[in-house]
Amino acid sequence: MEEHHLRVNGATHSVTCDPGTPLLDVLRADLQLAGPRFGCGMGLCGACFVIVDGHARSSCDLPVWAAQQSEITTVDGLAATGALHAVQQAFLDSQAAQCGYCTSGMIMSTVALLAENPAPSEQQVRNALEGNLCRCGTHQRIVAAVLAAARRLAAEAAR
Amino acid sequence: MSAPTFPAGASTETQPAAGLPPTLAANPRLARWLGFSADGVVTIHSGKVEYGQGVWTALAQVAAEELGVSLSRVVVAPVITSDSPDEGITSGSRSVEESGASLRQACAQARSLMLGVAAVTLGTTAERLVVEDGQLTGPDGTAVTYWSVLAAHPGLLERDAGEPVPEKAMGSWSVAGRSAARLDLPDKVSGRPRFIHDLRLPGMLYGRIVRPPAPAARLAGLADPCLPPGVILVRDGSFLGVLAGADREAVQSAALVAKAARWEVSETLPDCDDLASFLRNAPAETVVVGEHRDERAAASAATTLAAEFTRPYIAHASMAPSCALARWDSGSLMIWSHSQGPFALRDAIAAGLGLDPAQVVVQHAEGAGAYGHNGADDVALDAALLARAVPGRPVRVLWAREDEMAWAPYGSAMLARLEAGLDAAGTIVSWRQDVWSGGYIGRPGTGGQPRLLALSHIEGGQPIPAALDGPPTGAIGSTRNAVPGYDIPDLLITRHRLLTMPIRTSSQRSLGAFLNVFAIESFMDELAAAAGRDPVDFRLAHLRDPRARRVIEQAAGLADWGARPRSESIGYGIGFARYKGVAGYCAAVAEVEAEYDIRVRRLWLAVDVGRVINPDGVINQVEGGAIQSASWALKERVRFDRTAITSVNWDTYPILRFSEVPQVQVRIVASPERESGAGEVAQGPVAGAIGNAVAAAVGVRVRDLPLTAEQVGRAIEAG
Repeated sequence: MEEHHLRVNGATHSVTCDPGTPLLDVLRADLQLAGPRFGCGMGLCGACFVIVDGHARSSCDLPVWAAQQSEITTVDGLAATGALHAVQQAFLDSQAAQCGYCTSGMIMSTVALLAENPAPSEQQVRNALEGNLCRCGTHQRIVAAVLAAARRLAAEAAR
Repeated sequence: MSAPTFPAGASTETQPAAGLPPTLAANPRLARWLGFSADGVVTIHSGKVEYGQGVWTALAQVAAEELGVSLSRVVVAPVITSDSPDEGITSGSRSVEESGASLRQACAQARSLMLGVAAVTLGTTAERLVVEDGQLTGPDGTAVTYWSVLAAHPGLLERDAGEPVPEKAMGSWSVAGRSAARLDLPDKVSGRPRFIHDLRLPGMLYGRIVRPPAPAARLAGLADPCLPPGVILVRDGSFLGVLAGADREAVQSAALVAKAARWEVSETLPDCDDLASFLRNAPAETVVVGEHRDERAAASAATTLAAEFTRPYIAHASMAPSCALARWDSGSLMIWSHSQGPFALRDAIAAGLGLDPAQVVVQHAEGAGAYGHNGADDVALDAALLARAVPGRPVRVLWAREDEMAWAPYGSAMLARLEAGLDAAGTIVSWRQDVWSGGYIGRPGTGGQPRLLALSHIEGGQPIPAALDGPPTGAIGSTRNAVPGYDIPDLLITRHRLLTMPIRTSSQRSLGAFLNVFAIESFMDELAAAAGRDPVDFRLAHLRDPRARRVIEQAAGLADWGARPRSESIGYGIGFARYKGVAGYCAAVAEVEAEYDIRVRRLWLAVDVGRVINPDGVINQVEGGAIQSASWALKERVRFDRTAITSVNWDTYPILRFSEVPQVQVRIVASPERESGAGEVAQGPVAGAIGNAVAAAVGVRVRDLPLTAEQVGRAIEAG
């Protein structure tokens, strides 16, 4: 057991646990964040994606010791001011979900993508979401939501 | 003014009024279906559960419409077996049809009762009241609300439904029939606690199960696993579980127990690469599921074709491993579960543990998407078994991904042999279809048996009996849609249900329809080719039903069928079915590119599912069904060796990814007919369309799913 310091959604947290504990488990159990979801435990499905230093990645296979120096954002932190983030709003507007279990991870991949490439092509969107699985078959709506979010963010930036 | 009096509702002992929707007749008390709270909210209680298909939103629309309140006032209560109407299993695309009909009539009766009271209060007649968002206004402008009426007459809905009252005509709908945003999505895009996986109860312990390494395995010994202090080991026969204060500790402890366990494993699984032989040779029960004979017509056959089609075992592979919570309190057992059948689960758990069903309450909590009978029910019993060791404390059990993949039931592998005769004019005159399959009906309670996984592992436990297949019809089980929907004079359809179950099978979205429609639609193209006819024309020539013709014509029109430029390695194919033979109609056209691998680039679908409550909900379900069907048809196959399942995570059980997902266009064909559900209509037709498009693209018929480049190569070699 060791004390670990984590920067999550803009705040610093101290957590005492085994250094090999997956970041996902710390986020859900210690920080009580419901947004990152457990799907596979091997970084294969994307349900647990969070943004680590600007890059969307799995948190189920990232040991907490390795996440200590990083700035971590989860879906729970996107709407910190109360209003939904443009990407969340776009997912709602496009009704881009069925069961919604993959949604958190999809949104985090999208936020990371749009930060790096504010005007992606449809193919670039699909490539960026390749590590996120959806079992309900809502891919087409998700792609539409990402493209709509890009337009919305561009319009906000232009204002 | 003195309060008007009303005759008491009929008691529940009397017969329900004739003509009520079946689930309302079975659960006639109106207050069981809806309630009005002081804050201006209407709470509806359905027996159907939400698992991402959007049924809550559609049912809320039905209630809002019938009552005349805005949708934002309607809240859907989670199913709880102690309180909610028992509407059986949420499956078979029947929720809007069944629960929608009952809620609509219950709301219509509630509305009528409240209007009656309001009319007396306002000194007018019910007909002269104007209803707007729950406010009832008389001709003189004075008004009451549903909520004020019920505050004055709190027992008004504590009565049984009476004779059916008229419901709003579809033409006057303003909430139903229009796309509504899903009620559950704001929580889901915000990452708020919503799923059963997020439920935390005070004092809760975390459980994990240590499953055997193979379907046929027995615990032969357990060394001391040296568990950390405070961790509880639960052992009952070959059932092993651990309980800890934190999930991470439970996971680590389960790994220690797994290391300390010694198992006897048997080779009981069939040859993964020759499922057709296994299916054909396993002991089976043979029944005719469809027959109408016309020997003269059959004798007019000038050409006879025969072919065999197969599908492998397919996993539900929900995004979330199954999860449940349980708590024992002095002889009673509370369960939280994402089961599709909370009432059946309650009874199965009671039977399995020797309890009275009255001692067990199951409350539904949302899980990830379910596409049939997954691990939801099994994990509920696991939680109950672990919770029994710590009375009074809630226990949460989460399955490992590997256990969800290996232990949840699969949709069975199937073999279909088809034979048809064409007369000299190219008309189908006879059709034979034999279907070999494991049963598709194996949910808890089927055949009076609990069928919960842990009951096969505990001391004295018996293997789960082979899944059943329902009554011998073309509407259910492995022979769902085995009876072609075409006009064929001489027809004989036979089911061969396997009597052994080396690999556990049960319900999976569309049951046998996925393979049967793939086989029938593939074979229709083979017959069309033999008759020298265009596939669309050939189908229409065998269909009189105007609704069937319409969806085929519309899908073909959307896809610009026949006008698309043909090119090397690009193929188009069509598939059609009326789901279950009696429900929704769906036609699909697929565009496939077969250059280095098999890619479905586009799908065009037309559906007629009767009256539509939430058009965007229907489109979402059909799009999703189409993409999932494409994933099954192109990629999915559970692999195993002679002892154990080897497809245990996404790397060993790949599904369709973003780069592979086709563009899907869905058109709803408007219809005034009864609602018939949209969740499963696309599975078969899309598989058929893709199969036909692959054949058009590569020039060879591939009859074994999944349609991988490897299978195409095999078909070319064999051809």
